[in-house]
Amino acid sequence: MNTIQSTVFMALQTNDDTRPIIEALQRDNPDAVVHRLPAMVKIDAPGRLVLRRSTVEEILGTDWDLQSINLNLISLSGNVDESEDEMILHWNR
Amino acid sequence: MHTHAQQTSVPPLVRDRVDNFHGQQLLYVGWDHHTMICAPIALLVSPELHFGELIDSLLPASAFALHSEWPQIDWAHVEWLHADRPFTPERDATLKAQGIGHKAYLRLRTPALRGIAGTGA
Amino acid sequence: MNTQDTRRPAGKKLSLKEKYAQMTRGLGWDTSYEPMDQVFDQLGLEGIKIHDWDKWEDPFRLTMDAYWKYQAEKERKLYAVLDAFQQNNGHLNISDARYVNTLKLFFTGITPAEYNAHRLFAMLGRQFPGPGAAIACQMQAVDELRHVQTQIHSISQYNKYFNGLHDHTVMNDRLWYLSVPKSFFEDAISSGPFEQIIAISFALEYLLTNLVFMPFMSGAAYNGDMATVTFGFSSQSDEARHMTLGLECIKFVLEQDPGNAAIIQRYLDKWFWRGYKVLGLVSMMLDYMLPKKVMSWKEAWDIYFVQNGGSLFNDLSRYGLSMPKYWEQSVAEAEHLSHQTWNAFYNFSGAAAFHVWLPSDEDMAWLAEKYPNTFDQHYRPRIEHYRKLQAEGKRYYNPSLPMLCQTCQTPLIFTEMDDPTRTSHRQLEHDGDTYHFCSDGCRDIFAEQPDKYVSAWLPAHQILQGNCVEPGTEAAGDPGADALRYFHVVAGQDNLDYEGSPDEANWRRWKGLDKTTPAAAA
Repeated sequence: MNTIQSTVFMALQTNDDTRPIIEALQRDNPDAVVHRLPAMVKIDAPGRLVLRRSTVEEILGTDWDLQSINLNLISLSGNVDESEDEMILHWNR
Repeated sequence: MHTHAQQTSVPPLVRDRVDNFHGQQLLYVGWDHHTMICAPIALLVSPELHFGELIDSLLPASAFALHSEWPQIDWAHVEWLHADRPFTPERDATLKAQGIGHKAYLRLRTPALRGIAGTGA
Repeated sequence: MNTQDTRRPAGKKLSLKEKYAQMTRGLGWDTSYEPMDQVFDQLGLEGIKIHDWDKWEDPFRLTMDAYWKYQAEKERKLYAVLDAFQQNNGHLNISDARYVNTLKLFFTGITPAEYNAHRLFAMLGRQFPGPGAAIACQMQAVDELRHVQTQIHSISQYNKYFNGLHDHTVMNDRLWYLSVPKSFFEDAISSGPFEQIIAISFALEYLLTNLVFMPFMSGAAYNGDMATVTFGFSSQSDEARHMTLGLECIKFVLEQDPGNAAIIQRYLDKWFWRGYKVLGLVSMMLDYMLPKKVMSWKEAWDIYFVQNGGSLFNDLSRYGLSMPKYWEQSVAEAEHLSHQTWNAFYNFSGAAAFHVWLPSDEDMAWLAEKYPNTFDQHYRPRIEHYRKLQAEGKRYYNPSLPMLCQTCQTPLIFTEMDDPTRTSHRQLEHDGDTYHFCSDGCRDIFAEQPDKYVSAWLPAHQILQGNCVEPGTEAAGDPGADALRYFHVVAGQDNLDYEGSPDEANWRRWKGLDKTTPAAAA
């Protein structure tokens, strides 16, 4: 229908809470591209992006509640699948 | 469609019907290729207005007259459009007499004048 | 509904999915005193068929306890920043006082829209029989009210120091250019429940709010406005949830019945175009009003509409949906939109509640770089001409009233696709009257529901009908001056150019910018 390469994204506020989240996203999504804009970090990925609680916890060295992403999430795109353990953004095609 | 009000037979409120303009009517005028005047203008006019008065009195008091090319218009060679179709106005006839009704849209074209620095502004 | 299957033995913690199921399935019931179709009496009117509301899934699965916890945390963060902003005279740390004019537009145009969104979702929550949908709408109604309140609190600090922020609700009701966003919401709120949710949750939130809240709020940060970026991102953190609601809603409706797709496509076509027309105001905020610029309108449209919207519609094509009608036109017009919109406000700055100015040489170099196909060719000569007129003391103000589009209510300031110097105009006859439009999109929307749009409150026409006189006062006989008073715009203070305004004089005084010029001391 159109020639767009489907991309999902997650945009987070620039602060200390999101540093480990961004690092986890980079670690678990090798194709992700990180754009740093004033006050905001936008992470693009082709088709699919996964945020794993376990990776964030490993970086933080402590427990982390995935739903607390709501505090610092600015925007996203893609279908969302969320459980206690991971949040996946994806397009089905 | 989708609401109760529209299922009943209450006639729609036509907010700009001519009766609401106290005997006057709306007339819109645009000047092609002169985008300094950012949009066609809306005038309140009498249906008995002569076309000549539009040119001699109303437009000179409008935004058009502030354009640097306004004094250069050769009125004998202005091309007019009414409802986006070519139209030859009669200076001495009223708007009503030449079919220019409520909410009519007139455009004038001045092919010799190409706007600010020839850009159509 | 049977909730037994989601229960666990006592003492065992419920999973997120189970907790959400308890809330959204266990709380619903079928009425017994009154028939369901009379309790939810607007549901059948649009032709959308829903067979099983239990198929509604909210992927965020936010339960009430989590919702209140996170919203309270967001508020604590925001108000800590607002305290700091106030205590540190944050209004003096912005890039330039011109910046505040973006806030004036935001506060009078968007904050009241948030309030209308609150009303809309409060009513929608009542209209959907599925508890999953009702709860999502209820949370969103509370979110939108929070946005209104935090925006009023944040901007009140600016209201102490800058003009034009004193009466946003009356201005939203009456001021001519604000009828564009106002009529957008009134169009939505007077639609059927499914059209409302497609209009706001999907077309507005998913396709279009990123354009406001991402580049503009990032721009607020870049221009030193700590208060606005904080309320903006705090609001937008809710929007991420709202967008997800929009997408889930559309998938749910499409999966419920194959007949729904054609209706949904019609809504998408309409609301994409309605929203796009409102965003003309945002385009000039990005390209002309931010003193320090982050991204051009065209770049933002490419990222957030072409790229993001394109991905979305690739995904939705499996339901038979396609990109909204006239989307290609919006891409082609991205080269022109902000230049034409700013020109309109330069023309009519006498009747605006914010200031305008001409771009500096540096601004024009940026515009030429961002718009290589159009700026130098079409728009720079006009600006240079205005500059020359100003230098001669002959600043051009448009003294006329503009012709407006019957659907989007924007003046006819946009041009034809094949000729950027000729006004784009469409018209049609309906029931003995003539109606005018800025575009094919707006004409089509009217043609679909003429009875709705014939009642549009078009500011220019209302002025000419003599209806724009401050209640309780006598008309002074000068419709322009009467209209300004009716708009609650203080002449010589809120309107006209930034140069020479009280805002500029105050700013120069506060920042000590006049100390070196002896003339200012005299």
